[in-house]
Amino acid sequence: MFENLSHLALQHYWWILVSLLGSILVFLLFVQGGQTLIYQLGKSDSKRNLIINTIGSKWEFTFTTLVTFGGAFFASFPLFYSTSFGGAYWVWIIILFAFIIQAVSYEYRSKPENFLGKKVFDGFLFINGLLSTILLGAAVSTFFTGSSFIIDNDRHSVWTVATRGLEAAFNVQNLSLGLAVFFLSRVLACLYFFRSIDNDEIIADVKKQLLYNAIPFLVFFLLFTGMLLLKNGFAVNAATGEVFMQPYKYFNNLIEMPVVALLFLSGVVLVLAGIILPVVSYAKHGNKAIVLSGLGTVITVFSIFLLAGFNNTAYYPSVADIQSSLTIVNSSSSQYTLRIMSYVSLFIPFVLAYIIYVWRLINNKKGQLSDLDTEHVY
Amino acid sequence: MTHHFDPSLVDWSRAQFALTAIYHWLFVPLTLGLSFIVAIMETLYVRTGNEEWKKITKFWMTLFGINFAIGVATGIILEFEFGTNWSNYSWFVGDIFGAPLAVEGIMAFFLESTFIAVMFFGWNKVSKKFHLLSSWLTAIGANLSALWILVANSWMQYPVGMHFNPDTARNEMTDFWSVLFSPVAINKFLHTVMSGYVVAAVFVIGISSWYLIKNRDIRFAKLSIMVAAVFGLIVSLCIIITGDQSARLMANHQPMKFAAMENLHEGRKKAPLVVFGLLRNNNSEALSKEDFALKLEIPNFLSSMAFLDANAYVPGIKDIAEGNTEHSIMSVNEKIGKGKVAIQALKDYNIAKKAKDTSMMALSLSALKTNYSYFGYGYLSEAQQTVPPVKMTFYSFRMMVALGFWFVILFILALIYLFRDRLNSKRWFLRAAILSIPLAYLASQFGWIVTEVGRQPWVIQDLMPTLTAVSNINTGSVKITFILFAVTFTVLLIAEIKIMVKQIKIGPKDGGNK
Repeated sequence: MFENLSHLALQHYWWILVSLLGSILVFLLFVQGGQTLIYQLGKSDSKRNLIINTIGSKWEFTFTTLVTFGGAFFASFPLFYSTSFGGAYWVWIIILFAFIIQAVSYEYRSKPENFLGKKVFDGFLFINGLLSTILLGAAVSTFFTGSSFIIDNDRHSVWTVATRGLEAAFNVQNLSLGLAVFFLSRVLACLYFFRSIDNDEIIADVKKQLLYNAIPFLVFFLLFTGMLLLKNGFAVNAATGEVFMQPYKYFNNLIEMPVVALLFLSGVVLVLAGIILPVVSYAKHGNKAIVLSGLGTVITVFSIFLLAGFNNTAYYPSVADIQSSLTIVNSSSSQYTLRIMSYVSLFIPFVLAYIIYVWRLINNKKGQLSDLDTEHVY
Repeated sequence: MTHHFDPSLVDWSRAQFALTAIYHWLFVPLTLGLSFIVAIMETLYVRTGNEEWKKITKFWMTLFGINFAIGVATGIILEFEFGTNWSNYSWFVGDIFGAPLAVEGIMAFFLESTFIAVMFFGWNKVSKKFHLLSSWLTAIGANLSALWILVANSWMQYPVGMHFNPDTARNEMTDFWSVLFSPVAINKFLHTVMSGYVVAAVFVIGISSWYLIKNRDIRFAKLSIMVAAVFGLIVSLCIIITGDQSARLMANHQPMKFAAMENLHEGRKKAPLVVFGLLRNNNSEALSKEDFALKLEIPNFLSSMAFLDANAYVPGIKDIAEGNTEHSIMSVNEKIGKGKVAIQALKDYNIAKKAKDTSMMALSLSALKTNYSYFGYGYLSEAQQTVPPVKMTFYSFRMMVALGFWFVILFILALIYLFRDRLNSKRWFLRAAILSIPLAYLASQFGWIVTEVGRQPWVIQDLMPTLTAVSNINTGSVKITFILFAVTFTVLLIAEIKIMVKQIKIGPKDGGNK
């Protein structure tokens, strides 16, 4: 079925898949958001344990999605992998470091003689929640603001600034998206707790936190979106491959790709609905809020990725040498590899199906403090 | 096309990757093997309905979880280090190497991560059979993860199913099935995962022996030993077969590694296998030296092992480096010359392409194709650079094999003593079993040292030496991250060991999860 697709069509197909993985990853960052709320929501040790157990059963999904996102990017757009990871060295190292300390913290925090003590492992979870969300958001924003690298004829990249990617965090637009993702992850965590925790005291605090985090999320998201739509973008001449600056490129992309515009708007509406409805009536909408906002997050982020890569746009622009910018055409794997990988991608619906099935099976009832006596405890 | 980098950058990048890989491989073997042992134990619980098996399953599952988390943590670094520290490599072969990593994520990691949640949180939420299925799927997922990364590693040792595209300056995949089903890949997968099973079996027997020495949880310990010993013995016998096959593949595809592993400097017919040897030479990497202070050898066995023929000629380090016309072995210097021709041809091709000189392009392309098999040699300057560290490879191989045979004996003795009901009284055996736990880890690490140190200087056999594969970053940054990872991994390892020891002391009551 993929035999008849052109190289260009396969490149678009894989950009869609990578975008989908990226958008699911952003949704799953609710685990990270939850990690930054442990002490604000859990006023006692047992309540903290309940909160951590609730998000703890999901930490591996986020982790695995990140790894698969990296693997898929490597396989489909290896020039991005080599340029970004080898160039923006410090950003990626800090993100990776944040994930190392997360992986063990769940399993080790409550175990006796855990060497570092529970508070240190909880601190690790907080650091992971803070750094990974902000830096991943800022990294995605560089798809629009650009990075400082040069690629030679042999496809070797040279990063031209000594800060090695950390400079991205000092750009207002990048920082806006980073902070928007951070607060969004906390919002999503609150909505996830609505659905997963059966404890009135915790839920009362979650309701407050929802508002405290929704407002800054909206502010930073609007700031990022506004800057995005008004800025000049990195356009590509489809015939020659030449990259050039185009006024209002991303706004034009929305106009020229109405489906993407529709996705973006409907995604934002769903995110807002998931936030507003439980505030209006928690009893009626509390359970489904995470579904609405979660789906909205996936759709919105997906459309943002499409804005970056589709419609003759350079998705990883270089501000040091505009012609070094990466597009889905000049950075992809060969047609054969993309085709083979496309057959592998047919497994994705089955993977999603069993994940959803198992998720529902495990989350079929809300967590209570009494569960901590009978279940595996993180 | 590829550039030379500061040698210290190459060394630190290699050190960082080795550090990550060594730490990662401290945890992965136990995950691979213990996941199956736990699944077998749970199967016995579901089939017999005996709650004792459930208690045993939950205890080992607790230790599995402690170990699993840190294996995951080190694994993520390993994957992304291909990009952060080996970015030139990532482009040069990303079209081939990236695919297994992506398949690994889609087909294996999600399987593992989804069903492991059921393993730990599903006891009261799903049926017995579904829980059992989840345990098996977790084990299969973990082992499938190993499959894809080992396929990728095998391809680096034996690059097949690809061609070099001069327009993109990279290797591109032409046959996925050749990559997946290359004999090196299949053998490496089986040999490696089974070494993990042996580590897990020794681990279970060793821990259980501690309970017997302490005279507590006797029945739990004996049942655990029974499962682990049977599992370990079957696997160990299979490993002998894959190990034998592995040597043959190495002799054919990586003769320099094979010669270094045997400290065979001058090739010969009817080559003997040195079962045990002490190297006297202080400069064992020198091409013409072959000096044993002491050795015990089996006549003709190396020829038989390598080529299934006791009379076969096995080339030595000197033959491969300096060439041997009698046996049609090209010298490294000659290969270096061909490699340089290939590199120059690529440059000429690019110049001709810019000038739109089609005849020059065709000429350059022809020279490139003819000499591409030696492309990586073009970045070397002398034959000595192709000789891997001999001592380390030689001793690591022998330690791995010797320990492997000791584990076979351990499993057999465990079963004999168990069925004769004399396990409790064999204190020496129980102590030996405990001491065997670190030995199992060492054996596994020795195996990787043979594989990875033995293939130096190549990151991709014959096509790319390590000195051209690294990322263009400053050495200071890599030094800092090396120290950062070394400290972090060590702290986490200490935490893991302390937690593990405490859980073992708590024992199997309530599944050990305290």
